[in-house]
Amino acid sequence: MTNALPLWEVFVRAKNGLAHKHVGSVHAADPRMALEAARDVYTRRMEGVSLWVLPSASIIASDPGESPSLFDPAEDKIYRHPTFYIVPDNIKHI
Amino acid sequence: MYTVSLSPETDLHIVAADDTQRNAVFEAKVADDQFIEPKDWMPDAYRKTLIRQISQHAHSEIVGMLPEGNWLTRAPSLRRKAILLAKIQDECGHGLYLYSAAETLGISRDDMTEALHQGRAKYSTIFNYPTLTWADMGAIGWLVDGAAILNQVPLQRTSYGPYARAMVRICKEESFHQRQGYESMMVLAQGTEGQRRMAQDALNRWWWPSLMMFGPPDDQSPNSAQSMRWRIKRDSNDALRQKFVDVTVPQAQALGLTIPDPDLKWNETRNAYDYGAIDWAEFHAVVRGEGPVAKERLAARIDAWESNAWVRDAALAHEAKRSQRKAA
Ligand SMILES: [Fe+2]
Ligand SMILES: [Fe+2]
Repeated sequence: MTNALPLWEVFVRAKNGLAHKHVGSVHAADPRMALEAARDVYTRRMEGVSLWVLPSASIIASDPGESPSLFDPAEDKIYRHPTFYIVPDNIKHI
Repeated sequence: MYTVSLSPETDLHIVAADDTQRNAVFEAKVADDQFIEPKDWMPDAYRKTLIRQISQHAHSEIVGMLPEGNWLTRAPSLRRKAILLAKIQDECGHGLYLYSAAETLGISRDDMTEALHQGRAKYSTIFNYPTLTWADMGAIGWLVDGAAILNQVPLQRTSYGPYARAMVRICKEESFHQRQGYESMMVLAQGTEGQRRMAQDALNRWWWPSLMMFGPPDDQSPNSAQSMRWRIKRDSNDALRQKFVDVTVPQAQALGLTIPDPDLKWNETRNAYDYGAIDWAEFHAVVRGEGPVAKERLAARIDAWESNAWVRDAALAHEAKRSQRKAA
């Protein structure tokens, strides 16, 4: 299968005001074809008002093996959350 | 406030004739509280006003790191230092969210940075005041972030999608800023006599500049009506300022601190606090760039940008070399 169609990731904006959300992928030869395929596959029931497609190969994903070193440091920084601070109940609007 | 218009807007009412149709659709959408997204048609003046407002907001977040950075190495405990560092880190993130929202309107971040450094772009007047004591860290979190929250909460429903979404993220993060500030003020206000005096002194110096953050009075904000119609401003300057006074006065009373305004008193009929006259001459002077530490702030920004240029250059040179090797 030397002539396999490249893979594209598809993002749909459900309605204005919301960010595009990843919904899946399609195979297509070029951007136009990818958009049309995405339209046919993912928005047949008015799921969206806008589409993004981009070559799957251009996505740089983090390595699950690196997750601890990437995300664990946030775990013990509870002072980044408002609930860390004790403000008496009678103080309003804070 | 971060989003108060601080520079002249001369281009607001011009719509080319062939755009009347599209403009009508746009106006109807906005009036109906719908969101405008980057690829939707929008009038040039809306785009320009948004670029000005969002970039000014972004610059405020970035310059706003400086007064607090001033105390990082002198925080009184490791706990306070970690908290202050986390807050400053958040403000940097806020700047970046906002720059990227502005970039969807067709301006580059470098262009915005250049405009700031050349003095063509403004940022909130509040950051041109010096942070003289540790209590200023508490007062800023409590008052400055408190004022910012009041302004930013309604902007979560602003008409421009990327701006609204940035504001949602920012508002989620702001709450800790205000609470750590108030908590810090509480500790000082209940501390030694010297600490209490330091807290009162900080309130004295930050109260009026905080009120000025909401911008000139409504009758001197000629473009507010247009911005409100476009839903890129959702409440008037004076309405937000009044709200700020009304929620903050009881908070100060709970601390046992005195708001530095002899004319401040509860008005039974208005169900709100009356407050004294604001020194608008001072505000306009600070907008003109005559704030106490305005020159210092801008110099610090330019210095950070220029003295770190080699890092950006090195990263690009490294990548260029790498891809050249890959191609060979
Ligand atoms: Fe912020
Ligand atoms: Fe903040």
